[in-house]
Amino acid sequence: MKHDIVIIGGGPAGLAAAIAARESGVEDVLILEREKELGGILNQCIHNGFGLHTFKEELTGPEYAARYMEKAQEMGIPYLLSTTVVDLQRQGDSVVVTSVSKQDGLLQIEAKAAVLAMGCRERPRGALNIPGTRPAGIFSAGTAQRLVNMEGYLPGRRVVILGSGDIGLIMARRMTLEGAKVLCVAELMPYSGGLKRNIVQCLDDYGIPLKLSHTVVDIEGKERVTGVTIAQVDEKLKPIPGTEEHFDCDTLLLSVGLIPENELSKAVGVELSPVTSGPVVNEQLETNIPGVFACGNVLHVHDLVDYVSEEAEQAGRSAARFVQEGREAGQKELPLKTAGAVRYTVPSSLSPQRMGEQAVVRFRVGRNMRKATVRVLVDGKEVLKRARPVMAPGEMEQVMLKKEWFTGSEQEITVEASDGQEG
Amino acid sequence: MVRELTCISCPLGCPLKVELDESGAVLSVTGNTCKRGEDYGKKEVTAPTRTVTSTIKVEGASVPVTSVRTKTDIPKEKIFACMEEIRKATVKAPVHIGDVVIKNVAGTGVDVAATKAAV
Ligand SMILES: Cc1cc2nc3c(=O)[nH]c(=O)nc-3n(C[C@H](O)[C@H](O)[C@H](O)COP(=O)(O)OP(=O)(O)OC[C@H]3O[C@@H](n4cnc5c(N)ncnc54)[C@H](O)[C@@H]3O)c2cc1C
Ligand code: SF4
Repeated sequence: MKHDIVIIGGGPAGLAAAIAARESGVEDVLILEREKELGGILNQCIHNGFGLHTFKEELTGPEYAARYMEKAQEMGIPYLLSTTVVDLQRQGDSVVVTSVSKQDGLLQIEAKAAVLAMGCRERPRGALNIPGTRPAGIFSAGTAQRLVNMEGYLPGRRVVILGSGDIGLIMARRMTLEGAKVLCVAELMPYSGGLKRNIVQCLDDYGIPLKLSHTVVDIEGKERVTGVTIAQVDEKLKPIPGTEEHFDCDTLLLSVGLIPENELSKAVGVELSPVTSGPVVNEQLETNIPGVFACGNVLHVHDLVDYVSEEAEQAGRSAARFVQEGREAGQKELPLKTAGAVRYTVPSSLSPQRMGEQAVVRFRVGRNMRKATVRVLVDGKEVLKRARPVMAPGEMEQVMLKKEWFTGSEQEITVEASDGQEG
Repeated sequence: MVRELTCISCPLGCPLKVELDESGAVLSVTGNTCKRGEDYGKKEVTAPTRTVTSTIKVEGASVPVTSVRTKTDIPKEKIFACMEEIRKATVKAPVHIGDVVIKNVAGTGVDVAATKAAV
């Protein structure tokens, strides 16, 4: 089977990329999705808070996904459901995508270009190293979200949550509304990784205590969790003896962060960033493998779906252009470097020749900052300066780079965020 | 009296200070970045409201539940009464996005509508 563009993953990123590729003039686009329906993680995110930026109204996750699904349907974009992509290889001028499904068995598709849009998954709990036995009743927050919101099953009645990421906070409220008692949310760090508005409307509204600088030191129960013990930690994140507090509970939820899903990307030899765990891309969102593009949570973890859609549209347009024009050889690529508190940038390189009138650069900072300044430097010369009253690791930032800043002789671009303190 | 709040109208989460007189009337709101913060601050100290999102049981569909929301905010103290009604209700498939599944939930005058189709 042959197709022009194959899109791997039918979440918000895959849908927006497919729509943009069609709108850019490539007819033959196919979406492959592992689940029984399109929409990705949004299907289980039933809370409101999506799309403020794009639609100027506060939608729930499924409503946001439906807007894109309807559009894709109107355009007649084909998709295969319950189809898992298991391998990706560059062969000659094409990308060979191998998938499996119950209905079609093994499928090999020869594509001119592929867009990676596989999203992310939760960090495995093995990495957590919690002592004690491993009884039933321990769930990741995302698994609990799926059980409650899609299967209609409440996984526990008395709950302790470890980690204050947004999914944990949202689930604290959700389980409370369904009649469970959430005893506390324990967070190892002295600050929460979740949005402040979620602390207010998910914890404060229901009187759920947030215990900062606390961790789980013991889990009790043979077959099912019967209780957990938490303790305060010192600056080195070591539990402080004598601060232990016991909770009788039947469930422990872990909300300890997300990580891009890149097993496939590795298979095709896509270079991954050690900071984001996602592919290294240029301003076209193209990876080091020609014709393979990436967008959404597989590229870097996003907290606002609006930016996922925007980024994915860019990837769809780039893939279409690749199919229509091929890759222009001999482009000079300028590396994007980070300075100050900036942890990474997406993209990590840019070609002034190839870029459009402007290019978006998204980034995150590594710590909370007040009265910060964001600067962009080209060969050390400042081309953009912006004041930011507050910046936080939990929130993605962006700057626009303009084609007019470059003449062709430049060597590097630096994105910097500072507030007078080190790093 | 001054009450310190966090605006929840957008992800920025501005810290607000709302100044009240003895009768509980709002004298001023400060700390907000935009007008919505001022509105939120006034409402939060006088008559706080929230949107409720949940799931409702569906009969005759390929899924056991589908997701719902209150069409607009409801008074905060009505959240659990609203949840009680949602939990007791069952709807018949097919359900379309936007279909009203409960009218005037908990006497708030606000309807509960489906946010996801179930067939
Ligand atoms: C719990 C939670 C709460 C959130 N809350 C908000 C919020 O309030 N507001 C907001 O704006 N944003 C929120 N977000 C962020 C936003 O929802 C996500 O960033 C966005 O959905 C990511 O889209 P995506 O398409 O990249 O990934 P996903 O939605 O994860 O989609 C990826 C798709 O790829 C499929 N896939 C993966 N691997 C394969 C394979 N090998 N073969 C075929 N298919 C595959 C998956 O099945 C999935 O459908 C939240 C995210 C989470 C997790
Ligand atoms: S005041 Fe305005 S900018 Fe600040 S959190 Fe509220 S809505 Fe957002």
